[in-house]
Parts: sequence; C-alpha cells; structure tokens
Amino acid sequence: MGLTKGSTGSSLIFNEKSGKDINSQYEIGLAGNPNVGKSTLFNLLTGLKQHTGNWPGKTVSNARGIYEYRESIFEVVDIPGTYSLLSNSEEEKIARNYICFGSAKILVVVCDATSLERNLNLFFQIKEVCPKVILCINMIDEAKKNGISIDLNGLIKQIGSQAIFISAREDIGTEVLKMKIKEEIEEDNISEKILRYDFKIELAIKKASEILRKYSYISDKIKLRWVSLRLIEGNINIKDMIVKHFKISLESLEKINIIRNELNESYNKKDIQDVIVETIVKRAEKISSEVVRKEDKKNNFRDGIDKILVSKLTGIPIMIFMLLIILWITIALSNYPSQLLSKFFSILENYIRESTFISVIPPFLSGMLVDGIYITLAWVIAVMLPPMAIFFPLFTLLEDSGYLPRVAFNLDKCFKKCSSCGKQALTMCMGLGCNAAGVVGCRVINSPKERMIAILTNVFMPCNGRFPIIITVASIFIGGSLMASVTVTIATMFGVVITLIISKILSMTILKGMKSDFMLELPPIRKPQICKVLVRSLVDRTLYVLGRAILIAAPAGVVIWIFANIHIRDTTILNMCASTLEPFANAIGLDGYILMAFILGFPANEIIIPIIIMSYMRSKTLIEIDNVLELKSLLVQNGWTILTAINILILTIMHYPCGTTLWTIKKETPYVRLVVV
Amino acid sequence: MVYLGEAKILSTVKVVDISAKGDLRRRFLDLGIIKGTEIKVLYKSPFGDPRAYLIRGTVIAIREEEGRKIIVKSTD
Repeated sequence: MGLTKGSTGSSLIFNEKSGKDINSQYEIGLAGNPNVGKSTLFNLLTGLKQHTGNWPGKTVSNARGIYEYRESIFEVVDIPGTYSLLSNSEEEKIARNYICFGSAKILVVVCDATSLERNLNLFFQIKEVCPKVILCINMIDEAKKNGISIDLNGLIKQIGSQAIFISAREDIGTEVLKMKIKEEIEEDNISEKILRYDFKIELAIKKASEILRKYSYISDKIKLRWVSLRLIEGNINIKDMIVKHFKISLESLEKINIIRNELNESYNKKDIQDVIVETIVKRAEKISSEVVRKEDKKNNFRDGIDKILVSKLTGIPIMIFMLLIILWITIALSNYPSQLLSKFFSILENYIRESTFISVIPPFLSGMLVDGIYITLAWVIAVMLPPMAIFFPLFTLLEDSGYLPRVAFNLDKCFKKCSSCGKQALTMCMGLGCNAAGVVGCRVINSPKERMIAILTNVFMPCNGRFPIIITVASIFIGGSLMASVTVTIATMFGVVITLIISKILSMTILKGMKSDFMLELPPIRKPQICKVLVRSLVDRTLYVLGRAILIAAPAGVVIWIFANIHIRDTTILNMCASTLEPFANAIGLDGYILMAFILGFPANEIIIPIIIMSYMRSKTLIEIDNVLELKSLLVQNGWTILTAINILILTIMHYPCGTTLWTIKKETPYVRLVVV
Repeated sequence: MVYLGEAKILSTVKVVDISAKGDLRRRFLDLGIIKGTEIKVLYKSPFGDPRAYLIRGTVIAIREEEGRKIIVKSTD
C-alpha cells in the first residue's frame, strides 16, 4: 500500500498556499540498499504517509514529497532500494535510472549502521555518478545496542563526503540532516576524492574520456569519468541507457570498444567488471575495518527467535498460527463496532428520509439517492470498516517486525517446485490487504516470467473486499468466532494452494521462460513500533482502501437500484437476470441470485453480500440486518445449506478481482492478457 | 573445497571462486561476495531449501541451486 502515493500534486498546492518568500527549490533523492529505512526517513522529512515495513523491496516506485527549511523548498524523492546501479530487476531499474539520469541536485545515501560495509558499496557507486552525496547512517541506536560503534570523523575523511548519524525510527538527527543537505547544496567546491582503480583501468578511463569529451550532454568531469568507466566496463544493462541518454555515436562506441578489448587482453581471463567491483568491495572492507568497532556481543535472544520462526518443526505451524490469531482477533472484535455503525446509519437514514430536501425532489431521484447510493454506502462502511480497522494494524505490526521475509523463506521451496519465486509470498501477503497493491508489489521479482505468474495469481488471495464475504458467511454457517476464523484461515490457505497449482500450470503452458534466482535479505526481527504502526495503518491504509471502496460503491448503488426497481413485464431486471442464470448457477451449487450478485459486484467485491440479501428480501433497496441469526434464517429460507456456504467461499476466492486490480494488472504487464476465472 | 550450498550448517567458509555468469554473478558481487569473503552458514528453511547465510553482517537467503555457483573452503 501507499505505493502509488507520489504526491506531486500536493507540492503544487503547497506552493500556491504558502505566501512566504521562497528563495529556491531543490530536488533531493533518497537512495540506499533495500530495507535500510529510506521510507521511514522520507516520512519524517516530508510528513507524508508513505507506508513503511520491515522487508526489502517494499518501495517499488519513486514517491515524492516536500519539506521547507530556511526559506527553501526541498522536494524529496524516495527511490526503491537497490544493491547496485548495474542490476536488472524492475524496481532496481527505476532506482538506477533516477540516480544516474534523474534531476536530483543531491543524493542522500541512507545506510544501515549495523551493516555499514555492504552499504558502502552502493555509496561508492553513487558517488561516482553524482558529485553531491551525503552518507546518512541510519539505525545508529540499534547498532549501539548491538555493540557497534562507528568513528564518524574517520569515515568522513576516508570517503570524502559528509556523513551523519540518524535514527529515523526514533527521530534522531533529521534536523542536522536538513542542515547538512542545505549546506552541501550551496557548497560550490565539489570533492575531488573519488575511488581510484588500478593503473590499467585508470589509463583506459583517460583514453575514453578523450573520445567522449566532445559530447555536450556530459556536463562535468565527474559525469565524464563515470560514462567512460561504464562504457569500458561494458555492462549491457547500463550501456544502452548511457548511449541513449548522452546520444553517443556508434563511431565513438567503436573506438571505446577497442580500448576495452585491449584492457580485457591485459587481464588474462579476468573480467573487468569483477576487477571494478572487487576494488569497490575491498575499499569498503578496508574503510569499515578502520572505522567500525564491534564488541563481541551476541544477541542470543534474537537469534533464538529467528531459529524458532524458521525451524523445521515450528516454522510452518507458527505461520499458520499467526494467520489464525490475526483473523480470530479481527472476527471476534469487529462484530460490535459493525452493529453500532449499522444502528447509527439507520438512525441517520430516517433523518435523511424526513429531511425537506428529499421531500421536494422527484421520487425517482430520491429513491436513487437514498435507497441506491446512501444505503449501499452505509452497508459497505458498516461491513468493511471494522474488520479493516482491526486487520490492517495487526498485519502492519507483523510487517514492521520483519516476519514477512521469513514467510517467503519458509515457503520458497513450495514456490520453487511450481517454478515460481519465493518472493511471490511477499506479494501474496500484500494481496491479503489489497490485490491491486499486491500486483504492483510484484515488481520485486526479477524474472519477467515469474513476475507474470505472481501478478496473474495474486487474485487468489482474498483481499479485504472479499474477506467480509468470507467472514460473514463463515460466521453465519460455521458459527463462533474461533471456528469462523479457522474457516477463514482454511479459505486463505486454499487460496495459497490454488495459487501454487495455477502457477505450476501457467509455467508449464503459456509462460515458459527463464527462471530467476532467489536471494532475499532477512532483516533482523525488530520490536514493532506499536503506536506509530497503529496510527499509520489506520489513517493510511484503512481510510485509503475505504475511500476507494466508497467511490466505487456509490455508482454501483445506483446500478443496483435500477436493476431492482425497473420493471420489464412485471418483473425486475434483477429477477429476470437471476432466473436466466439459475440453471448455470445450480450446476455449481448456487442459485441465480448469488451468481448475479457476484457479477454485479465487479466494481467492488464488498457489495456482493448486500446484493444477495437484497434480492432475497424482494425489497427494492439494500436492507440492514443487525442480527446474525435473522440473517441466517433468511438465507436458510432461501435454500442455503452448509454446502452453499462452502461453494460461496470457493467462488469468492476463485472469481475475478475488482475493477481496480484488473486495471492495475493491465498497467503492470507488457501484453494484455485477460484473466477470467 | 565444496559448494556453498553444501557447506555444513554453522560452519564458516571462505569464497574461493564464483562460477556464476551474467546477472547472477552481478548479484553475488553486489552482496559483497568476492574471492576471500567469509560466509557463515546459519540455518535452513523448514523444507531444507533455501538456506540463510551471514554475509558481511547481513542475513541473506540463497537457494541451493544458486549456492552451487559459489565454491568455498572451510576455515574452521
């Protein structure tokens, strides 16, 4: 979630509103390895609510926000995490393109104090392409707890750039960071201290620079050196981008190729790329050995937890247990607020019906407004809001703790057997919240084929629009919040199994292609920040998803009202369609009305249950039933059995996703393929 | 000398060679895996594969298949 909240719009509003003197506006990029807290820092700086989580690859597109500091406006861009500028997954490409060819005035490289050494690799790569960089060492408090201390002055001297300590989670050091950013932007002297390679490579860079000097697009010395180096290195992933961006002619490329070949021959057998990377890695190793002090303080407690979470005996049961607990809490607690909301809306409804506005407009219009739109909205909110307001925060706590990558780790073998990637488990977890978000999240998977599989199968995870259906049906027919949550857990696991089967079928039939590697960082298990998480997930996710549902439900309310109120030959359109569908529905153990509801529920799956009830009551509007028992007797009267309930559960998981998700799928896949299940 | 994917759990090994090519090789290098890097084998997942390794202070999960592209020797 929060993936698409680039808020370029809000920056415009900001500029119009603030009447203060704005001297200048600068763009800042936040770069860094995955899962080092870039999004947390981004939120701190901009006050925006970019969703954060303790797992690598959460940010898959650039998010933008702004802050003001000493009469200047700073636009911050949160770039997806990347290990290097030369890798090739979708989100790493986004990061690379922004860092190498973007418009940032300065790049802040965020890194994790507990693994400074690896983080320095990326820092050096970025420093090669961007002259103005600040190294921002995050999670310094956690490092201290683990007995790690860093000599900051020594580090600054070694890397030749500004560096500061911060702790984004505890809000330590951000003011200093803002100050340093401003200072660094206004500083005219560009630090000359850059990483040097061995004699042969330096000579080749020099020769290539001579050839490339004439290109006016290559603006300064640093860029010239970087372009030369990359062309000599010959990494295809980035070479094409450079050639296109700087408009480099074939003739120049051929000349550089000659230099490259000469260099290649001088290293017998060794790859130039390896030599370059080794230089960087060794430099980082050396610096870190000089400035980082590590007391041998073993974190036994944390290691112990980790072992339990992934061990052969307890790993899988714990996973299922966690899911069960979350669902149980959700189901057990959401009944009460749901009933309260229903009562509130029915009181409000009476009030509206008696208002003067409704009495003066024509009955057709008032019917559409109140019976169509208002009651549909009331239903969606009363049914959806409570479970979401409980489920999302609980799920976010799990996410914040770093448990999700372990799920991927535990399940990878199953996914591998079905020729897909363990990271799919991550995107499936996101799908539990919202399929559209899950589909966008699939960008973390490297291979196009596996990404495709993950996108297409994401719809088998019941999203929060479909959870209420499952929860309602389960609590009516299975009864008891514990049993109901067991049912929902089984339904979710059924979704996982279906996902695996379909993945296997897809990979054997239409989606043949290369497989990708599975390499996933497992971040340390952290104590989640309970208060922050609660507020954020409530305000951010819950209201966002609810808002979307309302937007879709309102027009749907009108359509439903028309279906139920316009008569053709003594019967409503709804009844007519339902009886047409009856034979087909009977074949899968349902009835025409249920099937009809699923079809009408296309824009938002949340309204399926209300439509079914409306049809049974033969009433012209959606009605409210506060009492679960009443609802049950209504359904039983209409011939529902446990079998019908189970069929509905299956259909809920198997049927198509909502309109938004389909649209997202279309956007995320290069070729349009319709998924009709 | 063994493949990283076959090294004993809880043993510490040193990288001797990386036989992977292309993008996979690049990924290894990006994680700081070069000749001479020390790697500690931490634990395996419930189904035995992938396994988790401590590489330069970070825990990374690698499948056995990819682990066969790194040749290591024991330092114990």
